[in-house]
Amino acid sequence: MTETTDDENTTIPLQKSAEAAPAGSGDDAEPLLRVRGLVRHFPITKGLLKRQVGAVQAVDGIDFDVRPGETLGVVGESGCGKSTMGRLITRLDEPTGGSIEFQGTDITHLSTGRLRPMRRDVQMIFQDPYGSLNPRHTIGGIVSTPFRLQGVEPEGGVKKEVQRLLELVGLSPEHYNRYPHEFSGGQRQRIGIARALALKPKLVVADEPVSALDVSIQAQVVNLMDDLQEELGLTYVIIAHDLSVIRHVSDRIAVMYLGKIVELADRTSLYETPMHPYTKALLSAVPVPDPKRRTQRDRILLKGDVPSPINPPSGCRFRTRCWKATEVCATTEPPLVALRTGHQVACHHPENAEDAAPAAAGGPAGKASSDQ
Amino acid sequence: MTAPIETTGAAAEAQPEAVLEGVASKRIEGRSLGQIAWLRFRRDKVAVAGAIVVILLIAVAAFSRPLQALLGLDPNAPNESLIDPNTTLPKGDFGGMSGDHLLGVDPKFGRDLLARVLEGSWVSLIVAFGATLLSVAIGTVLGVIAGFYRGRVDAFISRMMDVFLAFPLLLFAIAISASLQGGAFGLEGLPLHISVLIFVIGFFNWPYMGRIVRAQTLSLREREFVDAARGMGARGPFILFRELLPNLVGPIIVYSTLLIPSNILFEAALSFLGVGIQPPQASWGGMLNQAVKYYEVDPQYMIVPGLAIFVTVLAFNLLGDGLRDALDPRSR
Ligand SMILES: Nc1ncnc2c1ncn2[C@@H]1O[C@H](COP(=O)(O)OP(=O)(O)OP(=O)(O)O)[C@@H](O)[C@H]1O
Ligand code: SF4
Ligand SMILES: [Mg+2]
Repeated sequence: MTETTDDENTTIPLQKSAEAAPAGSGDDAEPLLRVRGLVRHFPITKGLLKRQVGAVQAVDGIDFDVRPGETLGVVGESGCGKSTMGRLITRLDEPTGGSIEFQGTDITHLSTGRLRPMRRDVQMIFQDPYGSLNPRHTIGGIVSTPFRLQGVEPEGGVKKEVQRLLELVGLSPEHYNRYPHEFSGGQRQRIGIARALALKPKLVVADEPVSALDVSIQAQVVNLMDDLQEELGLTYVIIAHDLSVIRHVSDRIAVMYLGKIVELADRTSLYETPMHPYTKALLSAVPVPDPKRRTQRDRILLKGDVPSPINPPSGCRFRTRCWKATEVCATTEPPLVALRTGHQVACHHPENAEDAAPAAAGGPAGKASSDQ
Repeated sequence: MTAPIETTGAAAEAQPEAVLEGVASKRIEGRSLGQIAWLRFRRDKVAVAGAIVVILLIAVAAFSRPLQALLGLDPNAPNESLIDPNTTLPKGDFGGMSGDHLLGVDPKFGRDLLARVLEGSWVSLIVAFGATLLSVAIGTVLGVIAGFYRGRVDAFISRMMDVFLAFPLLLFAIAISASLQGGAFGLEGLPLHISVLIFVIGFFNWPYMGRIVRAQTLSLREREFVDAARGMGARGPFILFRELLPNLVGPIIVYSTLLIPSNILFEAALSFLGVGIQPPQASWGGMLNQAVKYYEVDPQYMIVPGLAIFVTVLAFNLLGDGLRDALDPRSR
């Protein structure tokens, strides 16, 4: 995969946050997907009358664009709302706020019927290779379902096209009449990929496509997805819970924490100069293949657990675990702003950049999250 | 394209013979879960024994009348020459067992017990199958709807199930049978009694089936393959019939098989209480009812229908348990 915006990072020096461009701009191409202020709160009800007593703020106001042909990686710890975000942008779930535009069309609240045409262009690859294939259907039946549902008759017939797809993902066309339980996890995930690619979609959202697989198989499947992207001109949103899996395939990476995007940057920029403390911690957990470099990077162990999305911390949601937290972090929520071209971050005291709230930063070292 | 997979899967489970053919003729092709279940079922000797007995019972019940004719038996022909006029008990040992009357005769009338058990078999099975079919039909439809649409629909159907389960079924059955004794819906006599039994047992047992189907549907609809179908543009009916129903066929078959014996017992109980099948029509419950008066002096009369019920119920239960073990992936 090639990066189109990479060169800009190296030539343009740090920008002040005041000049920061609004989210998503800085790219002339019309985005394939435009997400603004996306919110999904799951109501918590109590009692017989279903009175609402609170809400799980699974996704709480996120903005991002997905550009044609790119791979956007989304990372974050368990429970930070990645899957919810994936289900929202594929409209398997309906947002409670914000907007989603696909190719310029607002799909935020479209009905099942009105969504149908968009279903052809947006496909999903699921996390669980056992749960995502109906055990009562043959592979042929599973991979031909999209044709049937969308009323598409491929050239040469459905069966031939399905067998071609099976070959494309590295399976034998003879598997047509087999059942899912006869396949390994990696093979099943390939079947899921074949199904997702059947209608030649524009956007593929993959929710932790390899985290249920053996480490030895993970690379194969990721590489397959990568090859297919080049071959078919796909755009990917790949969700993962750590940075190691998507490191090599992502053009840009969004880091999520408790329903928010805390950093969104080009891959190299993010890996080389992470600005958000949370990203830094995540990166420190990624195994470094080169032993000479290993010593330079100390592993940052985050203390405590992710707070509950029902009652997230005030101000910056990461402050209860952040070693740089100051008063301003508890009172003011840091906005997601571009501190550099192609590098947005939501932090008052970012790393590798000028401090955004220097007045409040009275030596961050000692003031760790002792409050709360 | 080949035939849709669900239909083969469903057929495979409904008719084991069909699976055998499938295994023999297309070994190279994948084995469906139904075929695997059949292979597993075949290894379960107890369940296979149960299945054989069940098949025999169904055959006997289906050909009960021709069989009686073949043996020259008549369940309703009295034979006073076999009865001791003083005691009204059958002459001879073991309830009057003889070459002509292999299981003996009943007291007072001297009717052949083998003929009466044979006659009772089809009544028992037709009521049990009819009632089970009714429960399964209502339970499946309402259970799937409740589990699939959830929310208020589910709340309404679930409360309805609670109401039905709280119903004093036995009292209701007695009342309804008693009030319909004369004739209703253009039916009278045996057809009326059979219909009433099927209705009463089937209509008030559906919530058991409904609850099982509802629970299965609730858990199935959370599976990712349902999301996958929705993500490709599938609507409710497609998800219901193509994605969910094929996965419900197994549990429905298993619990129907387990419902049949309990319905046989129910029919026997109602006939025993005198509100089911009415004499002189032979029925297992009715025979037991008569036999109670003689259990000390003529135990044979009670043993024959009692054994018939026991063997039938046991065979269906063994078959049902075997099917559950074979079809339930958790027992793997
Ligand atoms: N249908 C739902 N109803 C209520 N709460 C939900 C629902 N789906 C998700 N949540 C909650 O929303 C939060 C985010 O969940 P989500 O599945 O999006 O996280 P995730 O980042 O995908 O985590 P993981 O890495 O474990 O998959 C969690 O606290 C979860 O409990
Ligand atoms: S420094 Fe403050 S704003 Fe930045 S991540 Fe830590 S707590 Fe949040
Ligand atoms: Mg998830």
